[in-house]
Amino acid sequence: MKHLLGIDDLGADGIEEVLKTADTFAEINRRAIPKVQALRGKTVVSCFFEDSTRTRLSFETAARRLGADVMTFSAASSSLKKGESLRDTVATLDAIGADAFVVRHKSAGVPAQIARWTESAVLNAGDGQHEHPTQALLDCYTLRQHLSDLHGKRILIVGDVKHSRVARSNVLAFSALGAKVKLVAPQTLMPPSLDDWPVDVTTNLDGALDEADVVYLLRIQQERMDQALLPSLREYSQLYGLDAKRAARLKPDALILHPGPMNRGVEIAADVADAPNAVITEQVANGVSVRMAVLFLLLNADGDLLSA
Amino acid sequence: MPKAATETVVKGGTVVDASGSRAADVVFADGVIKAVGENLDAKTVIDASGCIVAPGLVDLHTHLREPGREEAETIETGTRAAALGGYTAVVAMPNTEPTIDTVEVVRDILATAAAVGSCEVYPSGAITVGRKGEHLAPMAEMARAGVRLFTDDGSGVQDGGLMRRALEYAKGIGVTLAQHCEDNALAAGGSMHEGAWSSRLGIPGQPSSAETAMVLRDIELVRLTGAPMHFLHLSTAESLAAVARAKAAGLPITAEVAPHHFTLTDACCCDYDATFKVNPPLRTEADVEAVKQALRDGTVDAIATDHAPHAPELKEMPFDQAPPGMLGLETALALVLELDLPIERALAYLSWQPAEIANIRGAHGGPIARGVPANICVIDPSAEWVVDARSLASKSRNTPYDGRKLKGKVRHTICGTPTVLDGMAQQ
Repeated sequence: MKHLLGIDDLGADGIEEVLKTADTFAEINRRAIPKVQALRGKTVVSCFFEDSTRTRLSFETAARRLGADVMTFSAASSSLKKGESLRDTVATLDAIGADAFVVRHKSAGVPAQIARWTESAVLNAGDGQHEHPTQALLDCYTLRQHLSDLHGKRILIVGDVKHSRVARSNVLAFSALGAKVKLVAPQTLMPPSLDDWPVDVTTNLDGALDEADVVYLLRIQQERMDQALLPSLREYSQLYGLDAKRAARLKPDALILHPGPMNRGVEIAADVADAPNAVITEQVANGVSVRMAVLFLLLNADGDLLSA
Repeated sequence: MPKAATETVVKGGTVVDASGSRAADVVFADGVIKAVGENLDAKTVIDASGCIVAPGLVDLHTHLREPGREEAETIETGTRAAALGGYTAVVAMPNTEPTIDTVEVVRDILATAAAVGSCEVYPSGAITVGRKGEHLAPMAEMARAGVRLFTDDGSGVQDGGLMRRALEYAKGIGVTLAQHCEDNALAAGGSMHEGAWSSRLGIPGQPSSAETAMVLRDIELVRLTGAPMHFLHLSTAESLAAVARAKAAGLPITAEVAPHHFTLTDACCCDYDATFKVNPPLRTEADVEAVKQALRDGTVDAIATDHAPHAPELKEMPFDQAPPGMLGLETALALVLELDLPIERALAYLSWQPAEIANIRGAHGGPIARGVPANICVIDPSAEWVVDARSLASKSRNTPYDGRKLKGKVRHTICGTPTVLDGMAQQ
């Protein structure tokens, strides 16, 4: 694998390999000094054309723990503001010396474009409404810690699927691992076409709760009211918010996930977010191990994992 | 005393025009056809053996970009591309900077085209000032300067009341309005066809109904006003069906389709290459089939290129930010020949029917007969070639057909005088 642009670049075997490798790094991350030199001498460019603190910090931490140098490119204060093209920016960063580009952009497809222009590895850290593959991988990793096997498990993905890169990656990743995915959203927040998507669909959350092994909640944005996709956050919360009453109807061991940042009181009630079966902070912690695994596999698949 | 003009014969070809096909030589001099018949000779001979000798092609839909976007195309480079594609006339779209919405811009373009053009340029005028959809542009004044087709191409006139007035006014001065059919509210934010591919790729789409809704509205406005109307680049099965019904009802409607809408689908966007971003967007297999069927059954009247050059740095922007449009002038003919329509029908769509819509019949679109202006293209239908974006005459490179093997090439183009000889543009 040269790039990680979407979950289909990995397939089921590739996902398994990432999860297995992440296990090794999770062990390293529990050490007093959580650092190896597996990517020593490699330079990872953190290319966030769209603001993101969480994902950027997670990737940069992962790269540093592998011994890589991190070059941070910030779109807000960059040459892009001076009118430089994306392609010229990539050429400049390549010339400085990059081995991997970690790319976040508000437009779908930018990581794929960059992959055409550079010999370096490209990691998609979230592109528009397309994919966010490392989020899906860390979600799979988190689920596997609790469920060991996803085969036949019923996973609800609830909320703004239409605009969600997390949902697109997770549908592909969860189904690749054998889970049965059901999308739950008002029709206005469903993708216009679900042809070839390996999913079931419903607009009724209450009708789907009983069977769920996992409830994956998506963030809802105020912008969707402005676009007349929803009447109000209040109505959304009434129909699709996971409150204590709904949570009580879930199987006792059902897991609750959220990619963050959460809107407490909207898609998830505060007490549900803090319940023991909500594994939201575990997701964040696992993010570092999983991103270490992906960086390692892309940049040093043949190398010695633990060399100092 | 004027010197006697040198006569040239186009020899050995099969002449095809609206009246049919026959083997004949064509002699021209001084920009006029002097004789058509067998075994004609002249001082200069242009070889047409094995070739089709047809009236020059007429493109109803060319973006020449001058004035305003000369880094993408100029009148000189765009008309050279047209000549190489077999065109002797192009209708230039008005979305220049400034917009073609005053007689001064019309005259500037005509003057430049006369000085440096490799084919004739017929500017179209904007329906509304600045193509903003608010106030009528001075159509009668532009019509006096020669404009026959008016359009706000790129942005359809959204206000139905204003469009009604525009149609009534146009009817009164004997010009035709052409609509870019798109309901902006339905299409808002969409960068490709809305469907399975847009959903998978996470690119906001625009539904087919954005086009169809506008076609249906405008058909009703034609019914209301009785004014003729031309539909630009139709791309959906539903809008073509609506046009077929409207024509059957006797409404004065004409329609064009573009080669990319019968050769490419929305699946081409799968790599996020904005070369495949165009408006209206590439649609589904079913729509492609509907466009082909409309060409077989005559629902549409013309094939127009929507030749839309864009500088490479713009087409390398993220897909949703890149401007829509693709090159077309140098590839259209070969793509039409791939359809295997009867040659007379293929050329009707490319030459005399668009000439009729542009209201330039007489100067272009034949017939190939004595006394008619010598606007002719000579096509070698069996010549195979591979599209190379870097060797196109257009100043831009945004062809979606780079690397595609095509059959059928223009060998010579004569627009009064030869503009292309043996596949080479004449300066």
